[in-house]
Amino acid sequence: MKTPINNHSEVKLSCRNVWKVYGAKPEQFFGGSEGKAPDAGKHADDIHAANHIVANADVSFDVHVGEIFVIMGLSGSGKSTIVRCLSRLVEPTAGEILLDGEDLLKKSDAELIDIRRHKMGMVFQSFGLMPHLNVIDNIAFPLKLQGVDEAKCYEQAARVIELVGLEGRESNFPKELSGGQQQRVGIARSLAVEPDVWFLDEPFSALDPLIRKQMQDEFLRIQSKLHKSIVFITHDFQEALRIADRMAIMRDGAVVQIGRPIDLILNPADDYVREFTQDVPWERILRAEDILDAETALTEGQERVAQGTLVEPILPRLAQSNAGVIVEAADGSVLGVATARGLVRALAGGCAAPSVAQEV
Amino acid sequence: MPFKLHRGDLHWLCVIGVMLVCLALKNEWDWLATYPENWILPLSDWLNAIMNWIVKYFGWFFLGISWLLEWPIKAVRFALNSLPWSVTTFLFCVVAWAASGWKLAGFTLFSMLYMLVIGYWSESMNTLSLVAISVPLAILVGFAFGVWGFFSDRAERAIMPMLDVLQTVPSFAYLLPILMLFGFGTVVGLIASVLYSFPPMVRNTIVGLRGVSPEVIESGLMSGATPGQLFWQVRVPSSLRQLLLGVNQATMASLSMVIIASIIGGTADIGWEVLSTIRRAEFGESLLAGMVIALMAMVIDRITAGLAARSGDYDPEDKTFAQKHRSWIIAVLGAVLLFVLSQIIGALNEWPRAWEYSPARPMNDSLTYLVVNFRDQIETIKKLAFFFVMLPAKIGLQGAVSPFTWGFELMLAHKIAYAAGMAALAGWAAYRGSVRSGITILIFAILIYFGLTEVPWPAVMLICAVAGWKIGGRVLGIGTALGLGFIVVTGIWPEAMLSVYLCGIAVLISFFAGTAIGIWAAHNDAVSAIVRPFNDTLQTMPLFVLLIPFVMVFKIGEFTALLAIIAYAIVPAIRYAEHGLRSLPANVIEAATMIGATNRQMLWQVKIPLALPVMMLGLNQTIMYGIAMLVIAALVGTNGLEQIVYIGLSDGDFGVGITAGIGMAIIAIITDRMTHAWSRRRQEELGLNLG
Ligand SMILES: Nc1ncnc2c1ncn2[C@@H]1O[C@H](COP(=O)(O)OP(=O)(O)O)[C@@H](O)[C@H]1O
Ligand SMILES: [Mg+2]
Repeated sequence: MKTPINNHSEVKLSCRNVWKVYGAKPEQFFGGSEGKAPDAGKHADDIHAANHIVANADVSFDVHVGEIFVIMGLSGSGKSTIVRCLSRLVEPTAGEILLDGEDLLKKSDAELIDIRRHKMGMVFQSFGLMPHLNVIDNIAFPLKLQGVDEAKCYEQAARVIELVGLEGRESNFPKELSGGQQQRVGIARSLAVEPDVWFLDEPFSALDPLIRKQMQDEFLRIQSKLHKSIVFITHDFQEALRIADRMAIMRDGAVVQIGRPIDLILNPADDYVREFTQDVPWERILRAEDILDAETALTEGQERVAQGTLVEPILPRLAQSNAGVIVEAADGSVLGVATARGLVRALAGGCAAPSVAQEV
Repeated sequence: MPFKLHRGDLHWLCVIGVMLVCLALKNEWDWLATYPENWILPLSDWLNAIMNWIVKYFGWFFLGISWLLEWPIKAVRFALNSLPWSVTTFLFCVVAWAASGWKLAGFTLFSMLYMLVIGYWSESMNTLSLVAISVPLAILVGFAFGVWGFFSDRAERAIMPMLDVLQTVPSFAYLLPILMLFGFGTVVGLIASVLYSFPPMVRNTIVGLRGVSPEVIESGLMSGATPGQLFWQVRVPSSLRQLLLGVNQATMASLSMVIIASIIGGTADIGWEVLSTIRRAEFGESLLAGMVIALMAMVIDRITAGLAARSGDYDPEDKTFAQKHRSWIIAVLGAVLLFVLSQIIGALNEWPRAWEYSPARPMNDSLTYLVVNFRDQIETIKKLAFFFVMLPAKIGLQGAVSPFTWGFELMLAHKIAYAAGMAALAGWAAYRGSVRSGITILIFAILIYFGLTEVPWPAVMLICAVAGWKIGGRVLGIGTALGLGFIVVTGIWPEAMLSVYLCGIAVLISFFAGTAIGIWAAHNDAVSAIVRPFNDTLQTMPLFVLLIPFVMVFKIGEFTALLAIIAYAIVPAIRYAEHGLRSLPANVIEAATMIGATNRQMLWQVKIPLALPVMMLGLNQTIMYGIAMLVIAALVGTNGLEQIVYIGLSDGDFGVGITAGIGMAIIAIITDRMTHAWSRRRQEELGLNLG
């Protein structure tokens, strides 16, 4: 179940005007400008014209505490690069990355190692497991590097093994496990150090569709227990819809649109985004609170539904009467009335959603 | 295809023209036929002068190193020689068992018992002690260079050519400088063997470290690894299998070099035993001693390869200390027990003389019987090969055909018929196939008619340089010209051509015969199962040993050398052909089957063209193996560069030996680059990626 996002909650990780340019002399394009080019698109074109590759162009977004922030885009759009900039596996060419308000790019190597040891966890597309270590040693690996004593390492490793449901597999080696099981090891390893920020770079893309769905459920279950701040990369729009609190869509290294999945569906910024959202079955995405109709008054004894209810099951009722249904929040307060007119308006693009985060 | 000349074809026609002009003019201008004596660069004299200078002023330094290295060798020798045979044998068997299992342990036991029964125990231990010191040194040096090359591109660019040279310069050639610097003794064998065996370790280290997947590195970094932790706990263990493969190759190289180094004598090891018995024509003894080397090589190879293969399988964690360290415990307890026992029972300490048995005498007798009774047949085989294959290649049909050899005189009519026939063949090939194949036929027709050694050097140089240019681009073309230029100006061209001729015939025969066998094996699992152990054995066999059976029957001479080279060089041809055919993409074969290709069409029009790049890599290896064996074949009497190298070694003439050695390395490197470039280009054209 999704946690309702709270826009006022604290920002955990912030990415400000980040550029990554590959080529002979990438710095030449950023003479102390900190990546704040007046016209990012033109600047990227100029860099491209100078035979450099622009992997990330002027990327900015915030990740809030406890939020699942998904970055979606076609292959080659710069998703892996930006998530590696966030963890400094790749050194950004320009821009700022703030973790808990401190500039990550100014940290020394030793500080960085310390941050990675305690604050960050990362899961990789092809798992990145150590081939020479068995499951429990793989998971205990980050703890052992820190010099935690052996008994404690294994105790903690056993705890995360239980969390990801790999009990009984402790002494197997990666190559003896299926893809899904290997990724469970990857997830367990990244959680072993109890990080605040959790990066996942296309964690389920290498898995079969059925397993993928199962792993997404598993992932949401784990998150509902742990409430990490998450950056989740995927090229699969359906996957993004299932798990995102908010998402960013990237193209050619730049962010095209940021918002809740429903915002993107109802208000696509351009044709590129529309391409993804076009075929989405809106009745399974749209929720009761998204189709509130301010012009319809409350009537006593009307049917009530909880906030977060999908539109699909209430469609028959909307069809039957113009009065609609009352939507109430978890605490019992009334949010408004969802009606057929509200639904049509939402679909027509006149979005009735309370907030449209349009940060681009 | 319409008959159309490209610019490239015109270049080749010009080359043929130049070649014919050179041939026509060579009787007029002597310098075309043989490079004039007084234009020769006295490189070997300069090299000798430099060497003498080094020895004079820095000799003490090298002798010091030599003195230092002498001690560990002596210690290991003493240990291996004074340890009871039962203990040594037991320890080897335990290692074999731990590395691979009961079968290898049994084979190891058999091999050790063989050494004891035949009576070569102490010689074998002397060889082993040298290997035991050289391998760790080579691994250390190789790993260090490999790591350096891995981290620094510039270092890699400097190291790689050095490795090429070390691996292609004939082993005999660098025995001599080592001998001059480090003085007579076992240290020469040690240093030569380290120099020869560390390159494969470097290559495998670089390949292994490179091969670690980037996500594994990144996950190490994200786990918070410091640079040191990242290297030792992520990179090295993840590439362990490749590193152990390097250890295996380094060990095999070390063993073979230790054997070769026995040629300088005074080592009392098994290599020396083989050599001196060959020289005394005691073939039974040499075969028995050779068997020791072969067994030793096989055991060491299987053990190290077993360790490399094992590094992937792991035992479950939940084991007691005793279970985890079972082999160690068995080894220590068994060794102590046997040691104590051997102090009580003498026969376990020193193998009793009475238990020794050498079948050398009966072997010699039966060999003599064979050679005497089949003298005619043996002579006929030799003669046929000589008259119809070797002589034409060497001095051409023009020189080889005579009433004495072929039974008739080469008349004008024959010549015209040959010329017309070849021209027709070339024309047909150009018309039906490609212009280039027609040109190839023409060049070979001319070469066969005049003989490789009779074609003027500028023409050969030109052909090679243009071939290098066409195949691998301008750099390879210029490199080829410069390399061959070195051979010309140092005055070793005639011998170089003799090497090329002998090795060339051997390589061609090996390649075609080997490819045929490989094709057969690819289509027939039974054949494949029969061929594989043969290949494995031939490949692990130290080169010396391969000479023995051929010398026994065919005596000293080029023909014996030819057979020995073929026996060794055929292995890669078989292997690559089979591998290339077996690893073809299944969908292509299925598609061809659906189109309705017959078996023959499938083989010639689908499989072979697709497998050709792999087969070309096989040709590359065939050539390299051929050259390696050619060097050793100098011992049974050849006339090429390899012989100069050998003579340089036995006369103590450093300059001559090393010049000829560099000449051979140049030939090897040029052919290597050309075949590689060709294979790579074909792969690109076919969209394959074979690494
Ligand atoms: N090390 C590199 N050198 C040069 N170009 C790179 C490098 N890494 C990534 N790129 C380029 O940056 C772009 C974005 O890559 P990436 O972030 O991996 O995309 P995604 O993960 O969205 O598929 C691609 O065009 C890629 O070719
Ligand atoms: Mg990616």
